[in-house]
Amino acid sequence: YRYRKVDEEFFEELEEILISADVGVHTVMNLIDELKDEVRLRNIKDTSDIQPVISEKLAELLEKEDDDPSLQFSDNGLTVILVVGVNGVGKTTTIGKLSNHLKKQGKSVLLAAGDTFRAGAIDQLEVWGERVGVDVIKQQEGSDPAAVVFDAVQAAKSRAVDVLICDTAGRLQNKVNLMNELAKVKRVIEREVPGAPHEVLLVLDATTGQNALSQAKTFGQSTDVSGIVLTKLDGTAKGGIVIAIRNELDIPVKFVGLGEQVDDLQPFDANQFVYGLFKDALEEENSNQSS
Amino acid sequence: MAFEGLAERLQGTLTKIRGKGKVSEQDVKEMMREVRLALLEADVNFKVVKQFIANVREKALGQDVMKSLTPGQQVIKVVNEELTSLMGGEQSKIAVNNKPPTVVMMVGLQGAGKTTTSAKLANHLRKKHNRKPMLVAADIYRPAAIKQLETLGKQLSMPVFSLGDQVSPVEIAKQAIEEAKKEHYDYVLIDTAGRLHVDEQLMNELQQIKEIAKPDEVLLVVDAMTGQDAVNVAESFNEQLDLTGVVLTKLDGDTRGGAAISVKAVTNTPIKFAGMGEKIDQLEPFHPERMASRILGM
Ligand SMILES: Nc1nc2c(ncn2[C@@H]2O[C@H](COP(=O)(O)OP(=O)(O)OP(=O)(O)O)[C@@H](O)[C@H]2O)c(=O)[nH]1
Ligand SMILES: Nc1nc2c(ncn2[C@@H]2O[C@H](COP(=O)(O)OP(=O)(O)OP(=O)(O)O)[C@@H](O)[C@H]2O)c(=O)[nH]1
Ligand SMILES: [K+]
Ligand SMILES: [Mg+2]
Ligand SMILES: [Mg+2]
Repeated sequence: YRYRKVDEEFFEELEEILISADVGVHTVMNLIDELKDEVRLRNIKDTSDIQPVISEKLAELLEKEDDDPSLQFSDNGLTVILVVGVNGVGKTTTIGKLSNHLKKQGKSVLLAAGDTFRAGAIDQLEVWGERVGVDVIKQQEGSDPAAVVFDAVQAAKSRAVDVLICDTAGRLQNKVNLMNELAKVKRVIEREVPGAPHEVLLVLDATTGQNALSQAKTFGQSTDVSGIVLTKLDGTAKGGIVIAIRNELDIPVKFVGLGEQVDDLQPFDANQFVYGLFKDALEEENSNQSS
Repeated sequence: MAFEGLAERLQGTLTKIRGKGKVSEQDVKEMMREVRLALLEADVNFKVVKQFIANVREKALGQDVMKSLTPGQQVIKVVNEELTSLMGGEQSKIAVNNKPPTVVMMVGLQGAGKTTTSAKLANHLRKKHNRKPMLVAADIYRPAAIKQLETLGKQLSMPVFSLGDQVSPVEIAKQAIEEAKKEHYDYVLIDTAGRLHVDEQLMNELQQIKEIAKPDEVLLVVDAMTGQDAVNVAESFNEQLDLTGVVLTKLDGDTRGGAAISVKAVTNTPIKFAGMGEKIDQLEPFHPERMASRILGM
């Protein structure tokens, strides 16, 4: 971009980059309007002068001054984390990774097999439990998830573990019954542990488009989501919709998933994320210049 | 507004220009802007949208639309027709090999719905086509993937071929087909592990399975909620595996599902089935014209 002018073509290209990253048309158009104002105001002519402004603006959209990106823990006793989201986004895998992350911080962890619906879901969580060395509280397939979570809370209390992480079945946000079921699971946690759940993590798949906003809205309404885990960022999808989610619903991203292995979980870094949005375009530009 | 239907959008635009007596080229431009926004909000890939708009604009500028008393409706009609034809016009069927077994390979990204769809398809083939299918557990990577397929097999009272997770998927596919021939199964449905299209090693593995299994169908399973990346994924899987069809899953949600257009546009292979829920009987033939209306929010 170095020697280019800031013109209509430049903004068109920027729009394409951001839209192809799933940022969403409305957010993109608002952003570009703001940038155009800025360009006029500061009399910017060269694209190299506007690059930092773009990155800054995007990072600002993602991270607020008083953000605390770390997980919230109970001051005294048991911390409960509830993990929710639509089907196949990476909830169970994220729980495996997160358990490992917490264990490394010296915390003891217990898991609740709250997905009693999907074939093989309990076994999958158990494999993760074995992998990272944490126990799983479970009941039979088909049993009431709220009952499983109730059991798990009692076990967590009597074993005096630091953190209980509850897996839940994937569900599409337009299924009212299933969303009510989830709210019930949350109520059991609230009732059994004052101040809990300390985190409700919504897992979003980075390949998801505009529907992720609807997911965040509805899961937010039924379970008061406190943070997002953005998975599958190791592919070519950018997960730009989290920008719109942050702006419209003010839910921060806490972690990103970068693969299927136990170590493939990282705390969210807004600058790195923004760089990721432009990485391909920059690489393309560079290879065009050198060829 | 997000998720506002195209009909309302065009209505809004037309309210502005009503009273002018006739529709000008500028008005059509305005309407095309709304069509573009609606498609982008529905997650149709931006490159596909660009091409599409160019086609539609030409038609919309034609006499029928411009001179019509209801130009808004006419534009919607043009858009709808173009979308439907882009998505393949009519329904298409699953292959059948006259020398059984017919071999079907399910491929796709992680979590798209391959395992569930394998079971659904087996159920569909038995119920609707009176076939005798066998499921093959060729995902040796995901924790409890084999258990998942076995559980589904049990629900269906249908055999699941497995050699555990210590044998290569290529070998599993090979032995499964031998077994199917011996036991006279007429469909072999191979459930493969989810993988990224950019994972060379695992994509290579799929090519090897394909070489051995010589499938009649290679079905790409795509999550209907997929955004702009759908084209990269579909293009890449198609280049490396020469897809014969697509299954669109999770259409029971509230997504507009623009990925359907993107995938169709880049692979030029038909979307054969739609996943309409988590249960094994929730698989339906895909209807292009219904999908067009859905994407447009109508
Ligand atoms: N490449 C990649 N794959 C991931 C990531 N996270 C999860 N996966 C894969 O995505 C698939 C689905 O993951 P799960 O953890 O089963 O997802 P889930 O949300 O629990 O799914 P349901 O319980 O069925 O709703 C699996 O194949 C995982 O290995 C990630 O960060 N990157
Ligand atoms: N609502 C709904 N859920 C679906 C549909 N198809 C699959 N699912 C769910 O999506 C999740 C992932 O499905 P799987 O069949 O495990 O996906 P997969 O592609 O085999 O996943 P990997 O093997 O990990 O790559 C599960 O929770 C399924 O129940 C569908 O059509 N509608
Ligand atoms: K998915
Ligand atoms: Mg799960
Ligand atoms: Mg699978």
